[in-house]
Amino acid sequence: MHKLSFDADAFIDAAAPLLGLTIDPAHRPGVVQNLERIAGIARLLMDEPMPPEDQPAPVFEP
Amino acid sequence: MSARAIAEQVRSGARTARRVIDDCLARIEAKNERLNAFSDVLAEAARVEADAIDRRLAAGEAAGPLAGVPFAVKNLFDVAGLVTRAGSIIEAEGPPAAADAPVVARLRAAGAILVGATNMDEYAYGFTSENTHYGPVRNPRDEKRVAGGSSGGSAAAVGAGLVPLALGSDTNGSIRVPAAFCGILGLKPTYGRLSRRGAFLFVPSLDHVGPFARSVADLALCYDLMQGPDAADPVCRGRPVEPTHDALDDGDEIRIAVADGYYAQSGAPEAHAAVARVAEALSIERRVSLPEPEKARAAAFVITASEGAGQHLDNLRIRAGDFDPMTRDRFLAGALVPAAWVLRAQRFRRRYRDAVAAAFQDVDVVLAPTTPVPAPEIGQETMLLNGVEMPSRPNLGLFTQPLSLIGLPIVSVPVMGEGGLPLGVQVIARPWREDHALKVARAIERAGLTIAPERP
Repeated sequence: MHKLSFDADAFIDAAAPLLGLTIDPAHRPGVVQNLERIAGIARLLMDEPMPPEDQPAPVFEP
Repeated sequence: MSARAIAEQVRSGARTARRVIDDCLARIEAKNERLNAFSDVLAEAARVEADAIDRRLAAGEAAGPLAGVPFAVKNLFDVAGLVTRAGSIIEAEGPPAAADAPVVARLRAAGAILVGATNMDEYAYGFTSENTHYGPVRNPRDEKRVAGGSSGGSAAAVGAGLVPLALGSDTNGSIRVPAAFCGILGLKPTYGRLSRRGAFLFVPSLDHVGPFARSVADLALCYDLMQGPDAADPVCRGRPVEPTHDALDDGDEIRIAVADGYYAQSGAPEAHAAVARVAEALSIERRVSLPEPEKARAAAFVITASEGAGQHLDNLRIRAGDFDPMTRDRFLAGALVPAAWVLRAQRFRRRYRDAVAAAFQDVDVVLAPTTPVPAPEIGQETMLLNGVEMPSRPNLGLFTQPLSLIGLPIVSVPVMGEGGLPLGVQVIARPWREDHALKVARAIERAGLTIAPERP
């Protein structure tokens, strides 16, 4: 598991109410584990320099 | 028997469509209790359709290129009159679908007969089809093992010989992984090629639909018949139909390379040996590096987590306990993913498209393993790769996930692994060049390397 400088439990406590989510205590360990996994993976991208010309390619045709 | 051979028999009168369907239903009856491939068997409707085809043929009318051919679809495609459950109990409460998904309707219009819907990971979020609500799909090659996922029921149905054709969907590998594990062919077409309307989407930014078959000719024919624009799917690009089936054996000069680096060393030795065997048989010496697979996989992972959860946020708020424990905690975590991560992943995706296009400058087709290992056992939590123990399920997409991120067309070709279980080789082409992928798959088949080839 990746060493992270964020506290997944505290993040869940803060962010879940914003989304109207209630995390059942029985589900919490799994949610923490998965959030930490995603955070570790996302770091690969967040550490990647990304100049303004790198823009997404949404499919939207008005 | 191949789909094409069945259609030929039915059209020539050698066998009635009704007889084909009765035989097919008998096979399903005999084997499905063990395999758990089908969630719904449409026996009566299939017999009625078969009789209608036989009447048309008796009246001298045309019955289509797939006349009387039985097929199955993952239970995330709308089938008129059937509830689209997408492997969940939540959607099971919904009404039956009003109409067939366009790809289903197109196969039916070609004379194919739908015999049922197949099991899957809940909401397509998984690589193993271990569904807690409906039970795991069992691998027809070894019932202790998973069939792969998320389109595991469709792959098992084709792999067990219950039907010659089936449909699945692929977001991160969900056609290619089960095709590899069940020893059959699967095609993930270019992102935006086939209409996804009427399919219960998992991650709309990444979702593809496509066919499974046991021969390249069947795979190509089924794919051809599903092509065509659909203005009602915002992702379907509306390209003209570009048929592949009739040109499979045309001797085009296709430049083929084997992917090196990550794709040549991250899996078990037998996965790489399978690719090497194919490369040797086709005298391929060229190597190519596909850039930054780890970051591409990361982008796919983050987009999947967030967008997948977004599809289900309303239900996660009020009834998280009704989700499959196999998906629930991932969906809940995905709902909490910061927007900045997703935006970053989407920006990377665009850049990555250009980087891979550059890698394809001097080659037309690239070969890579489909999965790092053959099918794990049902319930298996971890696997050993290069001496490192890691979670088994998420890592089955090691080689498929970076490639679907940018929507390349890929055929997974089944070969026998050294350990006696099937493995897949991904035949990866440039965007919109499904024809190249299918032709190389055909060359591998002709070289005698595929498992259980169908006589053409």
